[in-house]
Amino acid sequence: MKTTIIQFPGLNRESDMIMALEKVSGAKVKTVWHTETSLPDTDLVVIPGGFSYGDYLRCGAIAARSPVMKAIIDHANKGGKVLGVCNGFQILVETGMLRGALMRNANLKFVCKRVVLSVENDSTFFTSKMTKGDKVACPVAHHDGNYFVDKETLKRLEGDGQIVFRYADGTNPNGSLNDIAGICNAKGNVIGMMPHPENMIEPLHGKIDCRPLFESIAA
Amino acid sequence: MIPNDIKITDEMVADHGLKPDEYQRILELIGREPSFTELGIFSAMWNEHCSYKSSKLWLKTLPTESECVLIGPGENAGAVDIGDNQAIIFKMESHNHPSFIEPYQGAATGVGGILRDVFTMGARPIGALNALFFGAPDYDKNRHLISGVVAGVGGYGNCFGVPTVGGSVNFHKRYEGNNLVNAMAIGLADADKIFLSPAKGVGRPVVYLGAKTGRDGIHGASMASAEFADDADEKRPTVQVGDPFTEKCLLEACLELMKTGAVIAIQDMGAAGLTCSAVEMGASGSLGIKLDLNKVPCREERMSPYEMMLSESQERMLMVLDPEKEAEAEAIFIKWGLDFAIVGETTDDLRFSIWHDDEEVANLPIKELGDEAPEYDRPWTVPPKQPELTDVPAPGDLTEAILQVVGSPDNCSKRWVWEQYDHLIQSNTAQIPGGDAAVVRIDGTNKAIATCADVTPRYVEADPMEGGKQAVAECWRNLTAVGADPLAITDNLNFGNPERPEIMGTFVHAIKGIGEACRALNFPVVSGNVSLYNETKGKGILPTPTIGGVGLLPNIDQMATLAFKTGGDAIILIGGHGTHMGQSSYLRDTQGREEGPPPPVDLTLEKKHGDFVRTMIRSDETTAVHDISDGGLVMALTDMALASNLGAKIQIPSDIDAHISLFAEDQARYVITCKPGKTSEFIRNAETAGVPATRIGTVTPSALNIEGHVTISLNMLKTAHEDWLPNYMAEA
Repeated sequence: MKTTIIQFPGLNRESDMIMALEKVSGAKVKTVWHTETSLPDTDLVVIPGGFSYGDYLRCGAIAARSPVMKAIIDHANKGGKVLGVCNGFQILVETGMLRGALMRNANLKFVCKRVVLSVENDSTFFTSKMTKGDKVACPVAHHDGNYFVDKETLKRLEGDGQIVFRYADGTNPNGSLNDIAGICNAKGNVIGMMPHPENMIEPLHGKIDCRPLFESIAA
Repeated sequence: MIPNDIKITDEMVADHGLKPDEYQRILELIGREPSFTELGIFSAMWNEHCSYKSSKLWLKTLPTESECVLIGPGENAGAVDIGDNQAIIFKMESHNHPSFIEPYQGAATGVGGILRDVFTMGARPIGALNALFFGAPDYDKNRHLISGVVAGVGGYGNCFGVPTVGGSVNFHKRYEGNNLVNAMAIGLADADKIFLSPAKGVGRPVVYLGAKTGRDGIHGASMASAEFADDADEKRPTVQVGDPFTEKCLLEACLELMKTGAVIAIQDMGAAGLTCSAVEMGASGSLGIKLDLNKVPCREERMSPYEMMLSESQERMLMVLDPEKEAEAEAIFIKWGLDFAIVGETTDDLRFSIWHDDEEVANLPIKELGDEAPEYDRPWTVPPKQPELTDVPAPGDLTEAILQVVGSPDNCSKRWVWEQYDHLIQSNTAQIPGGDAAVVRIDGTNKAIATCADVTPRYVEADPMEGGKQAVAECWRNLTAVGADPLAITDNLNFGNPERPEIMGTFVHAIKGIGEACRALNFPVVSGNVSLYNETKGKGILPTPTIGGVGLLPNIDQMATLAFKTGGDAIILIGGHGTHMGQSSYLRDTQGREEGPPPPVDLTLEKKHGDFVRTMIRSDETTAVHDISDGGLVMALTDMALASNLGAKIQIPSDIDAHISLFAEDQARYVITCKPGKTSEFIRNAETAGVPATRIGTVTPSALNIEGHVTISLNMLKTAHEDWLPNYMAEA
């Protein structure tokens, strides 16, 4: 799988993501600076976590308007795969490629801890090696992960299987509506999620629950 | 704007924190009255924070060398060799005064400053720690200070992208009005590519990099060198404002630039900003520096030379560059959206010459600015010894006493704090906060770094020398308990007003204790920071020499953790049952008494027991390891049980009172577990090594059972240990 990681100033989990993609997916990862206006030949675009532009405005708002985003939107419109994790999810929401908003955590504090995710949709490029209902341990690390969307859209997302991950076993860390941790677009080729599966792939991390997600990419 | 050539009055001298005899020294040194900018420069260079004038004499007595030390004190941070041409660069520094005045920004910029110290030397930060000390729980400003400091530490480190992996939080009424924030950072560099501050070569460009200069933090270092009175809040403008996003960009730009070979010398702008960094680079390189302040990127209009020289705006660096690589260097900084300006050049006249609007506003001898700073042998007294305890009554209810100790403000879980810190970023965290030491893997290798920060201020207060030894010994023990070879320390010495002989006496004896422990454990000091005048309204803090240690795990597969692993494992006490109750958590938490001498530290035993435990960990003979410190044996067992959700059945000797063997804080002790079949072999090994080892019990599926005394459910222990801090912070 030809994979491209987008680099915005202030992102800081790109090395974690590259490590997971290379170790588990066996992907050859190229990096692209945010000022580029085109992408190299690629199957998957990944926007990793961090604090693009310091998140001094709404999280992801400035990155969503940077030159490289047009190329990413074109890539997605042609059916190309896009994965946004944490700040990457916030950026995808800010571009309108995914619906909803990520508000400040309900307790107003940054939270870094392990949660349990349930896989709600096992037919995406990131979950194909899993089965609906599977539960995996996965860490979160964010200040603004409280997912919100209007009622009508929520109904559609739920009905169309666009909820990809949900916080399970009472571990919702941020007050997200319907325990939503990750969603996809209607076509299923654009996925965004707040938790960090890239930090749960080898014994050093305590558990390796998120390896199948990266194995799905390789499949 | 105050004119540069204004007549200097006695009042102005005093306002700059300079004593009359110090000002006399300035007059003798330069042979004329200083300009206003020059007075500011002297005040910045000669305050306690930058000059170490009260502490230098004693700091020189600390051991700073060993086979692993690459760079000792004097540079931006210390460096140790970890093999394979890799070095760990680390330092701890306080940001106490700013964090009281403005908790969020004070703490945030403390983190920013220490990260910059590390990456200035060419290292990528791979771990951060912090030791925080607040007033007693009933202090009315506590929640404001705690929530602000914790959010500030997290806000900066999380955005910058360094895992905050360890630290401590303590409470005591003596920190009211003067809380402490000690921040530590650890970075990884190639051992042969460490960047230093001495400038080299005449006529080379002096380059300003990073964020713009504003009016924030002017006189911050001087503020940090004075006591607080009631007007602390009025000092808010002396606190800097942090921008972790710019710092992250500065990190990436600096590391990218260093790869090009363009950097000849580099110094971050920390305390006393442009003044201190320029003088340091020139003086250490035996060169003069000429600066044109009209070239300095400013955030505000009409800044005077005085303001520019004393601003402590954050996220700034000064470099001497190879002129041939100027264009390449500038391109890197433009890419990262940072300022890049040639603001001066190196000269051969050993003068610090500052120009503004084509006028020379300062011309001072650069070496003397640092070298000729006053140095004091302040009078000190021998601290009195505490009388031995005569009575340590048993608790009415042992269960209640155990719950009080494991759930006291100092001993309770600090999860509420560290869950606000990203401790996982970079994907190399092998032990998260809550263990004896944090462990971070060295990317791409099987090696790992263990690190922790320790001090027991009440011990230091009761006996500065033993307390100093204990801080180093506990740090060494914590690194040992995860299986690491302890390498070196950074010390952050927080004390009160050194002009008071009893405070100076505490300082002197703590240093003696630290030095003795460092020598005995081959655990040298490679960097550090002194923070004096930690007093409000004439009342000093508890003496707090925080020790930050770094150790190396050659093979991360042989790392120990404190959680019990399997029911049936044997529980072994290393170092024997304790008897020492002076200054114990038990006395404080159950009887409200802070009395007696602290536990004595026998460094020979400490080394022998620790070396044995490490050998056993490396031979895969242990299944869990934990050191015994605050709260004694029962606290250690509780930590091990709660981390695993397993219980323990424990036998304690009948010839010692139960509360003594459970709560004594004797040093050089560990609790370990091993497979049941390996118990006798383990104890034989200990006997051969001359180390006391006693089987005291067995890991069980649930509950902590002290046979013949109490059984406490894990739930009760967990509630006591986990709930105190979140409940406290939730109260209005």
